[in-house]
Amino acid sequence: MSAPAPATPSGPADGPAADERLITRSPLKKLLGRPELGAVVGAVAVFLFFTFAADSFLQLSSLTTVLYAASTIGIMAVPVALLMIGGEFDLSTGVAVTSSALISSMFSYQMTANVWVGVGVSLLLTLAVGLFNGVLLTRTRLPSFIITLGTFLMLTGLNLGLTKLISGTVSTKSIADMEGFDSARAVFASTLTVGGVHIKITVLWWIALVAVATWILLRTRYGNWIFAAGGDADAARAVGVPVRATKIGLYLGVALGAWISGQHLLFSFDVVQSGEGVGNELIYIIAAVIGGCLITGGYGSAIGSAIGALIFGMTSKGIVYAEWNPDWFKFFLGAMLLLATLLNHWVRKRAEETA
Amino acid sequence: MNAHPEATPEAGADSGALVELADVSKYYGNVRALEDVSLEVHPGEITCVLGDNGAGKSTLIKIIAGLHPHDTGTLRIAGEETYLSSPRQALDRGIATVYQDLAVVPLMPVWRNFFLGSEPTTGKGPFRRMDVRFMRETARAELARMGIDLRDVDQPIGTLSGGERQCVAIARAVYFGAQVLVLDEPTAALGVKQSGVVLKYVAAARDAGLGVVLITHNPHHAYLVGDRFVLLKRGAMAGSHLKGDIDLDELTRQMAGGSDLDELGEALERAPVPDHLGGGAARGPEPGGR
Repeated sequence: MSAPAPATPSGPADGPAADERLITRSPLKKLLGRPELGAVVGAVAVFLFFTFAADSFLQLSSLTTVLYAASTIGIMAVPVALLMIGGEFDLSTGVAVTSSALISSMFSYQMTANVWVGVGVSLLLTLAVGLFNGVLLTRTRLPSFIITLGTFLMLTGLNLGLTKLISGTVSTKSIADMEGFDSARAVFASTLTVGGVHIKITVLWWIALVAVATWILLRTRYGNWIFAAGGDADAARAVGVPVRATKIGLYLGVALGAWISGQHLLFSFDVVQSGEGVGNELIYIIAAVIGGCLITGGYGSAIGSAIGALIFGMTSKGIVYAEWNPDWFKFFLGAMLLLATLLNHWVRKRAEETA
Repeated sequence: MNAHPEATPEAGADSGALVELADVSKYYGNVRALEDVSLEVHPGEITCVLGDNGAGKSTLIKIIAGLHPHDTGTLRIAGEETYLSSPRQALDRGIATVYQDLAVVPLMPVWRNFFLGSEPTTGKGPFRRMDVRFMRETARAELARMGIDLRDVDQPIGTLSGGERQCVAIARAVYFGAQVLVLDEPTAALGVKQSGVVLKYVAAARDAGLGVVLITHNPHHAYLVGDRFVLLKRGAMAGSHLKGDIDLDELTRQMAGGSDLDELGEALERAPVPDHLGGGAARGPEPGGR
C-alpha cells in the first residue's frame, strides 16, 4: 500500500545538508503540493475548451445543468474518495444506489406505508450492505476489490430478481400518489429558485457532503486515522489506531452516500429501473482519482473529488451543447482520466522532490 | 560458552528493574524461537540485545511489545509479574516500541504522524476537533528538544531521512510518557552519520530517565551507548554482560560468532589451495590467500 514514498525521497543525498531542509517552501510550491491541483488545472482546461467549442455552454441554464450532472456524481464521489484515501475500493456503489432506491420504493408500495417509512428502511438496509462490505473486508483481509466485486454482482442479481418477483416487471410501481411523497421529493429531488436561477437540491447535498467530509478529513481524529489506515495500516495499528473500525466506518459512509443518491433517483422519477447503476461505480472512482486521490491510498481530498465530478458534469453536458455525438463522451472521459492522473503524478513528484 | 557474569544476584521480585524477563521461552509450533532468555531494563540505562539474523531478537521484541505472549518463564513489569496479550496493553504499561520499518506513515505530515493514535482534541459534541495548533507547536517543540529543527512540520514525514524518522518516532514515545523504549534495529538501514544522530537521541532518551532496550546486530553501536549486553544465538542466550565486564573486542568477537569464528578461521587457514585454482598442494601460502 505504501510502496513508493518511504525510501526514495530520503536518499543519502540530503543527509549532510540539514540546513537546506529548513528553508520554508514557497507558497507556490505549497500550492503545487495540494492534491487537488491537477484536477483544478484539468477543470479549467475543460471549461475553457467547451466555452469555445459550444456557444450555449456559458448560458446560466447550461451551467446549472452542468452543476446538477456534477452533483449526482459528486454525492457519491465524496465518500468513495474518503474510502480510497483509507486505502480501499468499493465496486458495489453503482448498484447499491439502485438497491437503495428499490428498497425504499417497494417497501412503501407493498406495505402501503408512508413513503418516509420506506426511506428509513432503505437507510438501514443500505447501511447494512456497507457494514457487510466493511466487516467482511476487515475480518478476512481479502482485497476490497474482490469482496466488493462479489457484493456488486450479488446486488445486481438481487435488484433484478427481487424486483421481478415482487413487482412482476423490471421496474417498480409509481409511488407518486402515496403519502409523504411530496415532502420526500422536496428533500431529495426538488428544484430551488434563487434569484431566477434554478438549482437542484442535490447541489446543496453535494456541497454539504464535501464540507462535512473535508472537516472530518482535515480536522478530526477520525480523519487522521483515515489517512493513516490508507497510508500504512501496520504503522497505524502499531501506534494504536483502530484501523478496522476506521475502514468499516468508511464503508458506512459510502452506504450513506448511496442512500442519498438512491432517494434522489427514486423521487425525481418516482419509478426505478432495476437494472440501473451498473458502471457508475467506476465513474465515482474516476472522479476521485481525477480529484487527486492516490489509488494506493493515504493521499487525496474531498474537494478534489468534487472537482473531479465537476469535470465529469462539464464533459458530459458540454458534448451535448457542442452538438457532438455523445458517443464521444467515453473517449473524452478516458483521455481526461489519463491526463489528470499523469498530471497528478508529475505534480506530486515535483512537490516531494523539492520539499 | 560464557558463564553469566552477573549471575542474577538481584533476581528477587523487586530489583528496581522496569522490565525483567526471567527464563522466558517462546515456541511457534515445533520451532524454538526463544528459550530461557533473561534480561533486565533499568531506568536511565540501555540494555542492548545483540544477535545475528535468526537469533530470536524479533521474537524477544514481540514479547516485550505485547504482540506475542511468552510461553514459559516470567515477565515482570515494575516488579509485578505480567502477561501481555496486546500492544495496547504494553503501551498502557509504559512500554513503547519503535519498529524499524513501521514507525511512521510516510505520506502524512510530521505533526499528524507525531500524534497519530493519540490526537488531542478541543471543542464539544459535533465540533470536537483535533487541536491542530497545539499539535503543530508541540510536535515542533518536542522535535527541537531532541535536536531536530524542522520549520515546516507540514512536510510529509516520508521526505525526512531515515534517521530523522526514527528520531520522530522516539520523540513521540518519549512525549507520550513511555518509561521503557524498545528500539528495533534503529540504525540498521542508516549510514554512519545518521546512525550517530539516532544514537544521540537514544542517549537523550536514556538521560531523560527512560529504560531503553536497543536491538541491534552492530556491536560498535551497542558498545557506544549500552550499559548491559545480552547476546542471543539461535534462540538461546549466548551471554549477558555489564559494560564494565566486557570490552568492545570481546563483544564483537562473541557477537560475530565467537569460538565458531575462530574455528572457521582456522579451517580456512589450513585449507590447501586447490589445483584448479592454480595452487599446488605443496606451494606456500598465496599472497593474501588462505
